Amino acid sequence: MPPEEFTRPHDVLVLGAGNAAMSAALTARARGASVLMIESANRDIRGGNSRHVRNIRYSHNAATDFVTGRYDADEYFKDLMRVTDGNTNEDLMRFMIDASEDCVDWMLAQGIKFQPPLSGTLGLARTNAFFLGGGKAMMNSYFKAAEKAGIDIVYEAEVESIEMDGSRFQAAMVRHDGELHRVEARTVVLASGGFEANIDWLKEGWGDIAENFLVRGSPMNTGKVLRSMLDNGAKPIGAPDQCHAVAIDGRAPKFDGGISTRIDCVIFSVVVNKNGERFYDEGEDIWPKRYAIWGRLVAKQPDQVAYAVIDSKSMGLFMPTVYEPFQSDTLAGLAEQLGVDAATMEKTIQDFNAAVQPGDFNATEPDGCHTEGVEPKKSNWARKIDTPPYYGYPVRMGITFTYLGLEVNRRAQVFMNDGKPAENIWAAGEIMAGNILGQGYAGGTGMAIGNVFGRIAGEEAARHARN
Amino acid sequence: MPETETLQEAKRVMQICNACRYCEGYCAVFPAMNKRLTFSDGDVTYLANLCHGCQGCYYACQYAPPHEFAVNVPKAFAELRAETYRDYAWPGIFKGLFEGNGKWVALITLVLTIAVTAGVFMVQGADVVAGVHTGTGAFYKVIPHDVIVYLASAPFLFAGLAFIVGLVTFWRDIGGKPGELLHPGALAQALKDAGQMKYMSGGGHGCNYPNDNFSMGRRHAHQMTMWGFLLCFAATSVATLYHYAFGWEAPYDYFSIPVILGTLGGIGIVIGPIGLLMIKKKADPAPQDTKRTGMDVAFLWLLMLTGITGLALLALRETAAMGTLLAVHLGIVLGMFVTFPYGKMVHAVYRLGALIKFAHERRS
Ligand SMILES: Cc1cc2nc3c(=O)[nH]c(=O)nc-3n(C[C@H](O)[C@H](O)[C@H](O)COP(=O)(O)OP(=O)(O)OC[C@H]3O[C@@H](n4cnc5c(N)ncnc54)[C@H](O)[C@@H]3O)c2cc1C
Ligand code: HEM
Ligand code: SF4
Ligand code: SF4
Repeated sequence: MPPEEFTRPHDVLVLGAGNAAMSAALTARARGASVLMIESANRDIRGGNSRHVRNIRYSHNAATDFVTGRYDADEYFKDLMRVTDGNTNEDLMRFMIDASEDCVDWMLAQGIKFQPPLSGTLGLARTNAFFLGGGKAMMNSYFKAAEKAGIDIVYEAEVESIEMDGSRFQAAMVRHDGELHRVEARTVVLASGGFEANIDWLKEGWGDIAENFLVRGSPMNTGKVLRSMLDNGAKPIGAPDQCHAVAIDGRAPKFDGGISTRIDCVIFSVVVNKNGERFYDEGEDIWPKRYAIWGRLVAKQPDQVAYAVIDSKSMGLFMPTVYEPFQSDTLAGLAEQLGVDAATMEKTIQDFNAAVQPGDFNATEPDGCHTEGVEPKKSNWARKIDTPPYYGYPVRMGITFTYLGLEVNRRAQVFMNDGKPAENIWAAGEIMAGNILGQGYAGGTGMAIGNVFGRIAGEEAARHARN
Repeated sequence: MPETETLQEAKRVMQICNACRYCEGYCAVFPAMNKRLTFSDGDVTYLANLCHGCQGCYYACQYAPPHEFAVNVPKAFAELRAETYRDYAWPGIFKGLFEGNGKWVALITLVLTIAVTAGVFMVQGADVVAGVHTGTGAFYKVIPHDVIVYLASAPFLFAGLAFIVGLVTFWRDIGGKPGELLHPGALAQALKDAGQMKYMSGGGHGCNYPNDNFSMGRRHAHQMTMWGFLLCFAATSVATLYHYAFGWEAPYDYFSIPVILGTLGGIGIVIGPIGLLMIKKKADPAPQDTKRTGMDVAFLWLLMLTGITGLALLALRETAAMGTLLAVHLGIVLGMFVTFPYGKMVHAVYRLGALIKFAHERRS
C-alpha cells in the first residue's frame, strides 16, 4: 500500500528535505500550492547535509543582532570570485548574492533562530549569521514550520528515478517500505543534494581510493535524482570528478561525522604517510584553503591515510579534537601506536628538526619560521618536534560535497541538453550549486544558494502549477 | 571523588562538544567549556551544575542518539548532578537519603506531620485544637510561639549549616579559590543570573519541551516557584521582626506586609509547581535523568502542600479548622526544612556556586 500522500494530487513535489527543499516547499505553500516532500531519511537524520551546517553567508549593509558589521554584495562577490578563481556563472553569482540579502529575515520568519556573534565564531562573525544550535536546530524549525503550513512530508521515501516525457516531468519513482511507487505531481523541485555519499559514483572520478574516503555529511545524498536527470537528458554543469574535501580524523565515522572531526593542527605538525615520510609543505600559507587541500593530499598517499605529529609545545594552539590523540614519550613509541614505520618516521623528524631555522614563532599568522635543506620544506610555523610527550592524529580525506550538478537559469529552471529549460522542473541547493561554485568554497555559501534558489524554485513551481 | 561512569560520560560528551561548539548560544555551559581543553572531575561537576537542563542542546545535536557519538548533554549532566547532591551531602551518613529520595522525603514529611498533629492533640486536647480562636495570639493558643520557633528554626539553621559545608566543599572541588566565593561582583552577577533564571531562556527563546519546541513556560513556572518560596521566606522574616522587634503578635491583618507577601508567595509555590509538574508529565524522557524524577516530584509536592496548607490556614484561621491546619502546616514545613539538605533544595546551593564560578570566569 502506498502512503495516502502518494495518491493525493499535489501541485508541487519537492525531492529532499534540506535547506533548499524547505525554502522551496514553504514558499510554494505560502503561494497557495499543495506540496508533498519526499525525504529518504528517517526523522532522526532528516535534512541531509543541512543538519550539519553552522552558518549562512549573506550580504548585508550594516551590523545586526547576528553579525558584527557590513558585508555588502560587492565584497561577497569579490570573495566568491576569488575562491572560485572565476570558475562560475558570473551573472547567476551576482544575482544570488544580491538576493541573499533577505535570507536571514526570511528564515527568521519561518521560526529559525540565530545566535548573537560570539567568541567562537571562527572569524566569520562579520560575514556569516550563525544558527542557534546549528543546522539540526535550523532543520527542526523548518520541519515545524512545514507541518504547521500543512505541507505533506513522507519520510523514509527514496526517489529512485524521474520519469519524463521529453522535457516534461511526469512522476517520481519512489521506494517506500520496500515497494516502488509512482508519484505524480504538476511540477517538481529537485533539492536532493549532491552525490558525495555514493562511493561507487565517486570511484568513477577517483578510482578505488574513494573506498577510503569518509563522508562528512548525510549517507542519504547518493545523487539518484541527479543521475536520473542526467540520464533523462538534463544538462550537467561542474566538474564530474571534483569534490570539496578536508582533512579529518581518520577514526571518524564513515558517514555523518560532521564538523567535529576536522583536524586543525596540520600547520603545527609534521605530517607523514604510513611509510613515515613527509610529502607536502605543512606550513604553506594558503588559508582558508589549507583545510581543503589537505583532504586531497592525504587521499593521494598510500592507503589514503597520513599522520599529523606534534609535540607538547603545540598542544592547545588549535581547536580541541573529538578523539584523543595517540600519545607517547618517544617518537618510536608513537610511530608504533600509529602503525607507521618507526625507523623512517624518526629519521624524517630528525632531518626535519635539523632543518628548522631560528625564528619568532607566532601561532596566529604566517610567521616565516621555516626549514632549510629538507624536501618538502615547511615554510611557516616550523618548530622542532622535540618536547615529549609526542602526539599523533591519523588523518583521512573527508568529503563535504560534490560539484557536478544541473545547469539552471535565474528562475532556477533546469536546462536540457538542447539548451532549453525543462517545462516544469526546478532545482535548488547542492544539486545546482556548481553553477555558482565551479570550484573552491567560502563557508556559508551553501546555505545562501539553497535558500535563494529554493525560494525562487518554490515560487515558480507554485505559479506554474496553479496556472 | 572516585572516577565514576557518570563522570566519564560527562567528560566524553564535553570532549565532543568542545570540538563542535555549535551550541554556544544557548547557555553558560558552552562558553565555560570553550575555555578548557581537557576536563577534570571538578570541571565537569561545575559544568553539570551550570546546566539548567533547558534541553536545547539535545534537540539541536547532530550527534544525539542514534548517532554513534550518542551525545546527550542534558542527561549526562542531570545524572552527574545527582552525584553532586549525594557526594556533597553533609553529614556524610545521610548520603543514602539521595537513593530513592522521593520516598524518603515523603516518609519523613508524613511522619513529622502526623507526629506534630498528634502531639498537639495530645498535649492541648481536642477541645483547644478544634476550638475557634481569634484575635492577637490566636495561633499560640494551639501551639505556643516558642514551640513553633524552636521546632522550625532548629532544622532550618541546621540546613543552613549543611548548605554552607556542602557549598564550600563543592567550591573547592570545582577549582574555586576560597576568597572568591563571596567576591561581591561575582556574587551579584550570579544572583542576577539566578534571579532572572537567565539560562532557562535558551538563547532568548526558552527551554525545549515537550520536544524541540521552544517555550518560556518552564522558566516562568520556575520563577513563580522560586520567587514564591522567597516571598514566603520574606513573609516569615518580616513576621519574626514584627514579633521580636515590635512585639506585634500574629495573626496579622489581611493587608499587612507578612500576609500579603505570604499570600503571593503561597500562590507562587502552588501554581509554579503545578506548572512544573505538568511540564514534567508531558516532557520527552530522552534528555532527562528519569531515575531522579521521584526527588523532583517529592520536592514539588512538598512546596505545593506547604503553600496549600498555608493558604488554607489563612482562609480558615477564624474557624474551628485553624488548630488542625496549623499543626499540619507546621508538620509539612518541618518536613521541608528537615529534608532541605537531603533533597532537591540543594540544587539551589550548587547552582549558585556554579554561577559564581562562571561570573569569575566571564571576567577573566
Ligand atoms: C560538516 C558540514 C558542515 C557544513 N557547514 C556549512 C555551513 O556552515 N554553511 C553552509 O552554508 N554550508 C555548509 N555545508 C554545506 C551545506 O551542508 C550544503 O551546501 C547544504 O546543506 C546543501 O543543502 P541542500 O538542501 O541542497 O542539500 P541537503 O541539505 O543535503 O539535503 C538533501 C536532501 O535530499 C534528501 N535526499 C537525497 N537523495 C534523495 C533521494 N534519492 N530521494 C529522496 N530524498 C533524497 C536528503 O535526505 C536530504 O533531505 C556544510 C556541509 C557539511 C558536510
Ligand atoms: C540559585 C538559585 C536557583 C537556581 C539557579 C535554580 C535553577 C533550577 C534549575 C536549572 C532547575 C531545573 C533543573 C533541575 O531539575 O535541577 C530547577 C529545578 C527546580 N527548582 Fe530551582 N533554582 C534555584 C532556586 C530555587 C528555589 C529557591 C526554589 C524554591 C524552593 C526552587 C525550586 C525548584 C523546583 C521545585 C525545581 C524542580 C522542577 C522540576 O523538577 O520540574 N529553585 N531549579
Ligand atoms: S550538544 Fe551536540 S551540537 Fe551541541 S555542541 Fe555538543 S556536540 Fe555540538
Ligand atoms: S541543556 Fe540547556 S542549559 Fe544544559 S547544557 Fe544544554 S543548552 Fe545548556
